[in-house]
Amino acid sequence: MLSIDNLHAGCEGKTILQGINLDVKPGEVHAIMGPNGSGKSTLSTVIAGHEEYDVYQGSILFDGEDISELSADERAHKGIFLSFQYPVEIPGVSVTNFIKTAINQTRKAQGLAEMPASEMLKSIREKAALLEIDSRFLSRSLNEGFSGGEKKRNEIFQMAMLEPKLAILDETDSGLDIDALRIVANGVNKLKGKDNAIVVITHYQRLLDYIVPDFVHVLHEGRIVKSGTKELALELEEKGYDWIKQGA
Amino acid sequence: MELKETLLSSYLAFDAQDGPQRKLQDERTAAIEVFEQQGFPTKKEEDWKYTSLRDLTKTNFSVFPKEEVSLTLEEIKPFILQDVDTYKIVFVDGIYNAYLSETTHEGVDICLLSAALTKPKYAPVVKKYFNKIAPKEASLTALNTAFTKEGAYVYVPEGKVVEKPVQIIHFATDKNPQLLLQPRNLIVVGKNAEIQIVERHQSLSNGAAFTNVVTEIFAEQNAQIDYYKIQNDHVEASLIDSTYISQQKHSHAKVHTFSFGGKLTRNNLNFYHKDSEINSTMKGITLIEGTQFVDHHTLVHHAHPNSESHQDYKGIYAEKSTGVFNGKIVVEKEAQKTNAFQQNNNILMDDKASINTKPQLEIFADDVKCSHGCTIGQLDEDALFYLQTRGIPKKEARGLLTYAFANNVLQSVQIDSVKKRINKLIANKLGVNIGFDV
Repeated sequence: MLSIDNLHAGCEGKTILQGINLDVKPGEVHAIMGPNGSGKSTLSTVIAGHEEYDVYQGSILFDGEDISELSADERAHKGIFLSFQYPVEIPGVSVTNFIKTAINQTRKAQGLAEMPASEMLKSIREKAALLEIDSRFLSRSLNEGFSGGEKKRNEIFQMAMLEPKLAILDETDSGLDIDALRIVANGVNKLKGKDNAIVVITHYQRLLDYIVPDFVHVLHEGRIVKSGTKELALELEEKGYDWIKQGA
Repeated sequence: MELKETLLSSYLAFDAQDGPQRKLQDERTAAIEVFEQQGFPTKKEEDWKYTSLRDLTKTNFSVFPKEEVSLTLEEIKPFILQDVDTYKIVFVDGIYNAYLSETTHEGVDICLLSAALTKPKYAPVVKKYFNKIAPKEASLTALNTAFTKEGAYVYVPEGKVVEKPVQIIHFATDKNPQLLLQPRNLIVVGKNAEIQIVERHQSLSNGAAFTNVVTEIFAEQNAQIDYYKIQNDHVEASLIDSTYISQQKHSHAKVHTFSFGGKLTRNNLNFYHKDSEINSTMKGITLIEGTQFVDHHTLVHHAHPNSESHQDYKGIYAEKSTGVFNGKIVVEKEAQKTNAFQQNNNILMDDKASINTKPQLEIFADDVKCSHGCTIGQLDEDALFYLQTRGIPKKEARGLLTYAFANNVLQSVQIDSVKKRINKLIANKLGVNIGFDV
């Protein structure tokens, strides 16, 4: 599904990713871990298609197609979703109106008619229930005055609505208390299927207790320095990142 | 010939004509003298520092329409509110059009100023209110007074709630190009009375009309006035709107100004408090592009205790367009416990767009709450990226953020039909349909 080969990328001429190789297949859950400044968020931003980041070398293939020249919305239309570490506040646009626009713009790009209002409403209710979101919350302005936990829950709610093939969750666990973490993780797990894949970017192991990865990769100085199974995450938790840094 | 000279000689002809203007001889004579002395304001005057009327004063406008033009309902449909039952006062090239209008005298007078001037039964109202709140020394207002003949006349008696909104619409056509229109509106809302008004000036061709409109509004005790100005004119048309609102105790006057286009638009919006416990609200959205120019000059004169004023103006300027916001708040020594709020937020979409924004507070009382703020910025790049990752293309994302920016002004629009119309105009302007109305 996602095939990254020797990716060198960065912004303003500064190379942050220094040769990333990553292969994600449908049905898989990958975790990308690493110390602060290792390039985790840059990787997610580059895959999602931020304009200010450039690919200097290598390629990003999605379903066999090179997407490195596509805009962020075109990548979203192909089924890539990025859950933000710091979701942006948009005062004046309600969660419901925002998701309606996102869905219908995506459908338009895919050559589909707008989703009928009744279907939309039903879907919103179902997905909100999945993430234990109160209906009053849906009429509030997007992310405005939301707590950290509410913002992250709202990100996963949007993911549930958009049903992406590939979801990248950037530090979704940061700012979550244990109950919110459980709700968010439950939501993600229910959305997991054999046809979609999830890339979890995280600093800590605790999210991986809930969203169990098939593969764990350790990022350091813009490169994946170690890959393994979920046991690697436990090892990292125990030994810290210094162990990796020394080995690299 | 300079426009001033043309107008002074036109005045002689106008003054000699028989017509409703005869009833205002004293006011008009005094007014033309003020205009003769002062002429058009120039950039040397502080209030006109950023606004040049030079191009307009070099153009040979005429105050006399050459012919009476009739329009069909079909032609004006795009510019009137249709999905709501309203009274309508429609003028074409400055001349009242009875066919397109819907006036009334049943319990409320919604008709023409010319009628009010000539019929004896309206004389007491005209005598009591006409030219009583408009300042005598303001030259453009004086120019309007000197040429006063026609406009809207609205009189709402005590206790009357006018159920239908009133539309006041002025059309300019290509049959009378380069016309200087000077409508004069007189609106009196009695004690405990309520009314909603929508005003619009529209050129139907590129005939470059220049409108110098003056509106006097009187809100008696506990009167409620909800006024909307829709300014979305032809790129060659210019508008100078001077509105003067006199408020009595417990009255609430709200004015929304939507400035979406025109060569030059200048709004002088003035509120004068004649008693205590008054509420004044003025809100606006300016959304322009090209080389268009919009200037908002507001004044709230707090002269008595325990009153409030709220100002919230949003500006979105694209390409080489220019905006001006000057918000003057005067709080007299007697006006203790005044609560005056002013906010002006602007987005510049392009490098060549500009805005000059200035709060002007003159406070002589010591126990008041006055807050003001202005911001100038661009659309948030991070927000654009966020929206794009949700599948919303950049153009639509920009549109959505612009809507969001203007949202709280739209939220306070009380007439659904106006809200829908503004939504549509914004969508057309931005070239996007974001899929929902705010």
